[in-house]
Amino acid sequence: MNTAALIELLYKMADDQLILGHRNSEWTGMGPLLEEDIAFSSMAQDKIGQSHALYQLLHQLGEQEPDTVAFTRNAGQFHNCIFVELPNGEYDFSLIRHFLFDTAEAIRFEMLSRTSYKPLAELSVKIRAELRYHTLHANTWIKQLGSATRESIGRLQHSLEAAMPYALGMFEPSPLEKEIISQGIFEGEVVLRERWMNTVAQVIGQTQLTLPDWKLINPVYGGRSGKHSEHLQPLLDEMSEVFRIDPSAEW
Amino acid sequence: MQLTEEKILEWLHDVKDPEIPVLSLVDLGIITDININAESVHIEMTPTFVGCPALDMMKNDVIARLTKAGVNHVDVEVNFKKAWTSERISENGRKALKKFGLAPPPAGKVLLEDLDILEHVACPRCDGTNTQLKNPFGPTLCRSIHYCLDCKEAFEQFKPV
Repeated sequence: MNTAALIELLYKMADDQLILGHRNSEWTGMGPLLEEDIAFSSMAQDKIGQSHALYQLLHQLGEQEPDTVAFTRNAGQFHNCIFVELPNGEYDFSLIRHFLFDTAEAIRFEMLSRTSYKPLAELSVKIRAELRYHTLHANTWIKQLGSATRESIGRLQHSLEAAMPYALGMFEPSPLEKEIISQGIFEGEVVLRERWMNTVAQVIGQTQLTLPDWKLINPVYGGRSGKHSEHLQPLLDEMSEVFRIDPSAEW
Repeated sequence: MQLTEEKILEWLHDVKDPEIPVLSLVDLGIITDININAESVHIEMTPTFVGCPALDMMKNDVIARLTKAGVNHVDVEVNFKKAWTSERISENGRKALKKFGLAPPPAGKVLLEDLDILEHVACPRCDGTNTQLKNPFGPTLCRSIHYCLDCKEAFEQFKPV
């Protein structure tokens, strides 16, 4: 197996989960409803736990300990897509991002349940099952608010259009894409993007929202190769503050 | 001392879920394999949810219990070879959950594409199904929040996965 290709794939997935998990946690105590506060906090915990399990797989492949990897890298060493590092904005943007991202994640881990790397296949079966709660949550709110009032529809529509170039950045192809596919590690970003587009269109089709024309959207790439927006480093500084002060602290 | 799987299981029945102190790790179904090699024991465990923060505590409790029973060498490996599903909770475990006030997940395999199972969960107080799902997320990763329209009280369910 091409270990470099596998490591690259695991890093971008783990970094996506960690960074969006951190963004989700910023809703703790701030949610528009108590129930949404709990939902985003729970999804944060799931995502950070899942990132830890992926960093653990990386550790077994010879990379550093999960805490070291999570807390000591700078923005340029992270492989998450720019989409997940964007600030939460208002609730409508967080909800749209949650919907677009988790729809892709659920399909990604379903595809990875057939990967040739067995420890990842086993973990993916588990994560896929948990993500059903995330997509259930996203779909329920998108369908309700996407067909509710002029304000809710208008806000979601605006966020959907703003999010879409970044959302397509999730599928930035890897320089090792060929190896990843030919070795049966993953069917590839193109297959994932096609399936994602179908699922997104199917849910949006049940609302009064309008999908922008895919052909007119320029994907925002760069995150997978460490070229990030100005938003990532401040997030990392906050996330790693305690660790940097006292690397042996336990909490 | 002749170690047997039965003996180990009996000891592990004393180790409870730290958040649900009436439910043993064995009944919860997170002990997935026991390997005995003369005086040493190798236990495999898997979390209910990948991000479960209680896992390390449970791992240490397993080691402490077996050490107390006189096992010289215990090691615990966490993996996903037999991923946890709610089907792994034993009948005893389901009874313990209900007694504790938590609705058990439905018995048998859960087809999660069909999330209707989350609506009309039987209330652990009155057993009625005149209930509503309030939130698929709850106070811990493994619980959802429901409301019984007859008791006019909220309750939690141990989530099916």
